[in-house]
Amino acid sequence: MGGSKMDIRTKVSSRKATTKQKIIYALIAVFIVLVPVIFQGIGQLFLVRIMGVVGLYVMLALGLNIVVGFAGLLDLGYIAFYAMGAYVGVIVGDVMLKTFGASFGPWVYFASLPIAALAAAATGIALGTPVLRLRGDYLAIVTLGFGEIVRILITNDVFGLTNGPAGLPRSGQSIPEPFGLLWLREHAVFSIGDNFNFQFSNNLYWYFIAVLLCLLTIFVVRRLDDSRLGRSWTAMREDEVAAASVGINITTAKLWAFSLGAVWGGVAGLTFANFQQFVSPESFTFMESVFVVCIVVLGGMGSIPGAIIGAIAIQGIPELIRGLAQSGILPLDPGQASLVSNYRYLVFGLVMVIMMAVRPQGIWPSARRAMELHPDDEKIQNEESQSLWEAEHKTDTADHDL
Amino acid sequence: MLKVENLHTHYGQIEALKGISLEVNDGEIVTLIGANGAGKSTTLKTISGQLAPTEGTVSLDGEVVSGMLAHKVTEKGIIQVPEGRRIFPRMTVAENLEMGAFLRKDAEGIKEDLEQVFTLFPRLKERINQKGGTLSGGEQQMLAMGRGIMARPKLLMLDEPSMGLAPVVVETIFEIIERLNKEGITILLVEQNAAMALSVAHRGYVLEVGSIALEGPGKELLHNEQVRKTYLGES
Repeated sequence: MGGSKMDIRTKVSSRKATTKQKIIYALIAVFIVLVPVIFQGIGQLFLVRIMGVVGLYVMLALGLNIVVGFAGLLDLGYIAFYAMGAYVGVIVGDVMLKTFGASFGPWVYFASLPIAALAAAATGIALGTPVLRLRGDYLAIVTLGFGEIVRILITNDVFGLTNGPAGLPRSGQSIPEPFGLLWLREHAVFSIGDNFNFQFSNNLYWYFIAVLLCLLTIFVVRRLDDSRLGRSWTAMREDEVAAASVGINITTAKLWAFSLGAVWGGVAGLTFANFQQFVSPESFTFMESVFVVCIVVLGGMGSIPGAIIGAIAIQGIPELIRGLAQSGILPLDPGQASLVSNYRYLVFGLVMVIMMAVRPQGIWPSARRAMELHPDDEKIQNEESQSLWEAEHKTDTADHDL
Repeated sequence: MLKVENLHTHYGQIEALKGISLEVNDGEIVTLIGANGAGKSTTLKTISGQLAPTEGTVSLDGEVVSGMLAHKVTEKGIIQVPEGRRIFPRMTVAENLEMGAFLRKDAEGIKEDLEQVFTLFPRLKERINQKGGTLSGGEQQMLAMGRGIMARPKLLMLDEPSMGLAPVVVETIFEIIERLNKEGITILLVEQNAAMALSVAHRGYVLEVGSIALEGPGKELLHNEQVRKTYLGES
């Protein structure tokens, strides 16, 4: 049965790509590179911007996926790590600029990236430690409060570091341009005909950075999923007592989940701050945390393609509608345009409700969750229903074989 | 092997264990019987590190393990098969067994033990790719015990293995307990089903509201008048 001999090394899904998959990956890669270039060339800059933002949300969703999807800890304050990464990165970057002088400018982003990641991880442990004993709805409420605390601290200019609601950088200061952007802007310029004038832009730069970071995240998350730590998260998600009784250290497993999840929040946060050239507390409201949770749930918990699709659906499409309305591509007057951008949340809420009723495993569920909800092997399905039937009828068939 | 001395455990203000002392020797089956709320499961949970004692010690081969967290106690070789089975419902049978060997690195030994589990429980082999949650109650109990065996325990603690199972299944489970013991696994067994437990155990302890009321060889307790009246329902 199952074909495997006595070896029980189980794998959730095979990782070897078939030729067909390779072609699909190649097509996706071409799409990812060419489409924003085309948008840039035809002057639809807001589309490039949206793609960059979607990239950041993919990263956030993959990070939160570690906490919610893998470890099963519902975190409603995830955006706090995004904020930590953004603020710590910008503040540290400013210090670097003052210490090493303006010539260090191009390196500031890259040098502050690990610091932002570490700061977020530390925040993750700071949140994780007091909530170790909490589960489910209690945990959700505490994390929600935590997210708000971080936002309120920032708004109130804690230790004089954050400049309150006015945000960073302060007037007269700026976030330096990263390495290569200036060169690319001057040299990566070309035209095809009259209507296609490409010039490399700030948006495009950060879009590609986001894509690279997403690839890195995907690589790490896949490795985590197959790792010992990944397996202990699955066990912990299913039954904490049983997990501890097979020798899993629940404390460290939870803290790893919180801190590793937070790292990607922090990295995305700093990238966001650079992308925007500005951070303020209003980017880190509770609604943002909710969006990220929605992306994870809508896409499919624990699933990497799910996170990407979820980010496009939840962050990309509403922004796209708003962008199209505002840029005049859709034939709407400004009043109608703002109406559309307000209604997007209504549609969005409706979609979520329908999704949860119709397809609770998400748009693109992870192999494990799909297996949990729809075992595809008919033989296994039959066995399962048989043993369920036996379990139900156990009392009247005292002499059945074991 | 296992020595429990003067164990006190509290749930908040309530003292659930009022100074329990017991011993399990190498190669024995020792059972803990008693009525609901006598503290059987609490004793087991305290030994396994799920609860911390307020007083007293638990030691394994001379090493104090009380106060350690549950996963540390598991590392020491005390494996609990928890009450209500608590298998991983969404993992397959194979994955559940694999989880049992979580702390082990010896691939060969793991394979051997897997063979043993499948010899003891052929039903599990048939169900190898099925999710734990879809097994029948008896199969789940077998899986939980199999998962315990996969850890290669020094001491295997079974918490109410007969709970909610049909009589014929209970008999099989107890046969397997005896077989495991013959193969060298020391067992501490907590049971409501006193008659069954005492008939397989070398020694037994009778718990009453947090203290040990009686102790002695299994067969002796089985014929003890007080035990017969209170736990075996004879008048």
